[in-house]
Amino acid sequence: MSLAALLRRELALAWGRGGGPLLACAFYVAMAALLPLAAGPSPERLAAVAPGSAWVALALASLLSLERLFERDFEDGALDLLTLAPAPLELVCAVKCLAQWIAAGAPLAVLAPVVCIALGADPSLAPLTFVCALVGGLGFAFTGGLGAALALGSRRGGLLIAVIVLPLFAPPVIFGGGAIEAMASGLHWRAGLLLLSAYSLAAVALSPLAMAAACRNALS
Amino acid sequence: MDVLVIDALHLEDVAVARGGRVLFEGLNLTLHAGEAVALTGPNGSGKTSLLRVIAGLIRPAAGRVRFIGPAGELDPEEARGRGLHLLGHHDGLKNTRTAWEEQLFQTRWTGGDEASAQAALAVLGLAWGAELEVRMLSAGQRRRLALARLVASPRPLWLLDEPLAPLDADRRRLIGEIMTARLADGGLILAAVHDPLPIAARTFEIAA
Repeated sequence: MSLAALLRRELALAWGRGGGPLLACAFYVAMAALLPLAAGPSPERLAAVAPGSAWVALALASLLSLERLFERDFEDGALDLLTLAPAPLELVCAVKCLAQWIAAGAPLAVLAPVVCIALGADPSLAPLTFVCALVGGLGFAFTGGLGAALALGSRRGGLLIAVIVLPLFAPPVIFGGGAIEAMASGLHWRAGLLLLSAYSLAAVALSPLAMAAACRNALS
Repeated sequence: MDVLVIDALHLEDVAVARGGRVLFEGLNLTLHAGEAVALTGPNGSGKTSLLRVIAGLIRPAAGRVRFIGPAGELDPEEARGRGLHLLGHHDGLKNTRTAWEEQLFQTRWTGGDEASAQAALAVLGLAWGAELEVRMLSAGQRRRLALARLVASPRPLWLLDEPLAPLDADRRRLIGEIMTARLADGGLILAAVHDPLPIAARTFEIAA
């Protein structure tokens, strides 16, 4: 099946030369190391903001490899080839974002609990942090893909993507950070996780339509 | 996957405008299976744009592109998705991947399989370089790799933009033989060129 071939190619490109996902992970860790310096050294204060700041750093790290997601194929003509396939362009875009999630979102999700605990959060929060980061990462990948497609062909595309996408990252940051925060203070955290899942599923369902339209527009 | 057959390509009263400027209008062209057409015209006359209109990447300002199959008119989406190769200035090959990885992906993507991908590399004399990264290839080798995808997958309609530019005389003859074989197999070739094609082809000039 040709879509499986596309998924393999996308994963190989993400992990190939340049090591995009490793770069995102390094960026994530570096940001987490910077936060205590800004927030002050007292462990209590740091622990209070740990889940929230870990979550913001995660959102920013998810932006890093987005610029190349469509731009690379647009510049070298591969996007022409990808549109001339039996599979609809919407599905092609969805597969690209899925690969982005597997290649970049999953390693970041593995790192998220580590960062959270390093910042002083309670280790019992680790499982929920991982699940939230994984589910939220799906939303980040698809919403981010939408920004990447809209920024096609513009100069300084990376900056443009950040400006388009960061406001759209507000709901997952609220729901994800909220769920972890709620669990830390012994409140009901399920609602936050459910809303986060709803956001990610909506992004998976809707953004391919917009991505395909943006790609067609950029090609014409 | 079974092969899509295209018997004819009709362009009817096609007009193309780019950036507010009309490149050409009232263009009529019919291409039948087994036929090759060399599309000529000065730089900027709209050869590339016409190929992209046929491939559905650009919407024409007026007119229609119709694909005719054995059972009547084909759905343009399907004809483009399964029956057409577009090889433009940009070949879509990734510099950091090996020739074989790219050939295998592009072949699978366009409906071929691993065996045909390998055979096509051999036909184009690139089997020795399969494990090289694409960035290591010369311009001519790179173009042959791009053409290998066309040989490997069974799509009948070839839209080529300056396909021979970086190739030497021997390779041009080779591509001519490949084209002749594909035409005999019911292929249709529309190539934007400045140099003559190495096969018998009708010339169609786009007036500036």
